[in-house]
Amino acid sequence: MTDTTTTGRQLPDRLDNPVKSAVLSWESLLVLVALAIFIANSFASPYFLNEWSLSDMTFNFTEKALIALAMALVIITGEIDLSVASIIALASTMMGLALQAGADTPMLVAVGVGVGILCGAFNGFLITGLKLPSIVVTIGTMSLFRGIAYIVLGDQSFKGYPVDFSWFGQGYVFWVISFELVLFLVCALIFYVVLHHTNFGRRVFAIGNNATAARFSGVRVDRIKFVLFCLTGLMSGIAAVLLTARLGSTRPSIAQGFELEAVTMVVLGGVSILGGSGTIIGVVLAALIMGLVTFGLGLLNVPGIVMSIFIGSLLIVVIALPILFRMWRQRKA
Amino acid sequence: MDCPDEPGNDDCGWYCATSRALLPMTEPILTLTGISKSFPGVRALHNVSLELFPGQVTALIGENGAGKSTLVKTLTGIYQPDEGEIRVNGQVVSLPTAISATASGITAIYQETVLFDELSVAENIYLGHAPRNRFGMIDWKTMRTEAQKTLDAMAAGIDAGIPLKELGIAKKHLVAVARALSVDAQVVIMDEPTAALSQKEIEELYVLVELLKEDGKAILFISHKFDEIYRICDRFTVFRDGEMVGKGFIKETPENEIVKLMVGRSVDHIFPARAATIGETVLEVKGLSHPTEFEDISFEVRKGEILGFYGLVGAGRSEVMQAVFGMTQIASGTMVLDGKTIAPKSAADAVEAGIVYVPEERGKQGVITGEPIFKNVSLPSIDKTSARGFIRMAEEFALARTYTERLDLRASSLSQNVSTLSGGNQQKVVIAKWLATLPKVIILDEPTKGIDIGSKAAVHEFMGELVSQGLSVIMVSSELPEILGMSDRVVVMREGHIIETLENKNLQPETLVRLAAGIAKEKAA
Repeated sequence: MTDTTTTGRQLPDRLDNPVKSAVLSWESLLVLVALAIFIANSFASPYFLNEWSLSDMTFNFTEKALIALAMALVIITGEIDLSVASIIALASTMMGLALQAGADTPMLVAVGVGVGILCGAFNGFLITGLKLPSIVVTIGTMSLFRGIAYIVLGDQSFKGYPVDFSWFGQGYVFWVISFELVLFLVCALIFYVVLHHTNFGRRVFAIGNNATAARFSGVRVDRIKFVLFCLTGLMSGIAAVLLTARLGSTRPSIAQGFELEAVTMVVLGGVSILGGSGTIIGVVLAALIMGLVTFGLGLLNVPGIVMSIFIGSLLIVVIALPILFRMWRQRKA
Repeated sequence: MDCPDEPGNDDCGWYCATSRALLPMTEPILTLTGISKSFPGVRALHNVSLELFPGQVTALIGENGAGKSTLVKTLTGIYQPDEGEIRVNGQVVSLPTAISATASGITAIYQETVLFDELSVAENIYLGHAPRNRFGMIDWKTMRTEAQKTLDAMAAGIDAGIPLKELGIAKKHLVAVARALSVDAQVVIMDEPTAALSQKEIEELYVLVELLKEDGKAILFISHKFDEIYRICDRFTVFRDGEMVGKGFIKETPENEIVKLMVGRSVDHIFPARAATIGETVLEVKGLSHPTEFEDISFEVRKGEILGFYGLVGAGRSEVMQAVFGMTQIASGTMVLDGKTIAPKSAADAVEAGIVYVPEERGKQGVITGEPIFKNVSLPSIDKTSARGFIRMAEEFALARTYTERLDLRASSLSQNVSTLSGGNQQKVVIAKWLATLPKVIILDEPTKGIDIGSKAAVHEFMGELVSQGLSVIMVSSELPEILGMSDRVVVMREGHIIETLENKNLQPETLVRLAAGIAKEKAA
């Protein structure tokens, strides 16, 4: 035996060059796409290359992207949460009720975030406690949570949020950098560290790759999934505070369709819809791309319905691309 | 080339010279010549030849990674060979798809049957070639009666109308055989068909093989078990590292010659001798009961001891072990580990207490496929290599390296994906993962099932090393030589009960088989 797999030698940590694999990654493709859209936008509209335009652009994605961060972790474990937009509706409605009861700004924030966590915990209990499939549970709570908002509000709306409350959705930390953008970047950093540099993140990936083997390896699978659904609830609650503060009102139809955009960001970011792989950097880049695209189309006066056609097509293309790529490689092999 | 002699005669191994008078001279049904197949970085098959004769069973022997599976996939139309030709009855055929392989009369029965649980037995038998009525629709009535006829001819005792999922794995194999008969296959490939079967079920399968032989089918039989190769095979072909290194007639070739061909060196079949110093009781299990799987299970395992669990498949051994490991919840019973009562509610609890479990289903429960070796090894002990929950890669790699090297893991790097490892090496990853948690009791469930002889010996040797370091080992096994060769004491289980616990001194294999099968002293009727 003269091959390389003889015994008694030290196994190297890795063989492939980490720099090379970083250059050839999905994330570097996303960077190129983002740059291309940025350049296309600046040629398409004279109003685009302006610090305030670019600042406005970030509002197109920050709230959804906050949810997408937590959604990424949920999808990596092989689950999904489709109720996030409805959690926003319910949290916002409860904030409206709190406002009518005379709550001040800290109280409003606490209600929004608290309702979000409770909704997430409810999802998590049904999924891990009663062992129901997450796609069914969250389709159910999607109708349930928004249904409650419709019962409370009917065709009415809550208005008259305090001025200092509106800062969460409309305020700037300095110059053109909004509070929403700063909050998103801070959260992205936290999620990046948690997913890629902690034991918790390592277990999330293990569950997504093989939940049974993870359980047999001593990973508390249900506990981690429960925490993750609470986390999407929390992020939805935060998004509810931001969105309500930005709009200055609550209608039961608030944040309609956010769940699809959040899922699109996650999948576009390179997270496998089957679970087990993905990065936070990819999700952040995908959020930026979605923001650039929708804002660019908005500057060109493209109607909203066309935008949703575009986003739907994007989702399909992004899911199909890696599969087509694999088929092409197999044919070559 | 390390062929023992006559390096010039590479066309046909060195056993060809022996007489052929034992078997009637017949033309082979299937002839492979010069088959080569490469994957990126791996040469799976190189210039391989094989002949299969009607009415004869040819054993395909080789360690894991020798190229047996690749050959099967080439014959069933899943892989396309890079070079070489396949002839069926003298005609060159190409097998671009599984359907074309079936049309050429080649069918395969796998270790874990590839059938459809939700369909009926008859539908499984006739899937893809269902009888049609004059409107071109499936003729359900004919299908059902024909399927039943085939099953009855095999004396299978299976109703063709019931859904497949109601059958056990042995009966599913029978359905797979019935399927082979119904497509009128000339070549039947059996890929480790007995790996998941109990002794009694294996006997039934042997009868079927005889039936297929009488029918004039050419059978390719892949197995790691020498007793069955010697029992039912006529010829053999040995593969090593993707090449054919020898072939001949089984009856004329002693076992150790074949082993020598397989591994390219001679391997003692003998289990490692151990000077066991058995200490006090480490784990005591009392009156463990489960609503359906087992009842009143009591045993103890001592420091430095290997406790064997023998029984037929389905006797409830794995279920008991998974209960001890916290994966199955018990109705009643107690467990005491090192004097402390434990009641694990999850695998995490059991690992914390110091009990670990190497599962039988390596791919589903053992390794996390899709993740690299080092992440698999560190997963249960990640808290130890990290600092306040933050991962430290250097420590993690060091831990993985320490334990994989102790087990002599063969891989290209610690970042290699575990799904690309052979079964034996995957098993080493699972064992390394548990050793890193510094357990007190390690439960091994069929630790050498489906792994090659080289890895098997390594695992056995390692078990001896573990107990000499003061660990306690519980080994569930259906292989008698393994039970008798490794255990200090043997627990025999049948139908969810412990029948007897025996000291392994002058223990006769027949005794264990009788106890496990529930046969009284006199011979079974």
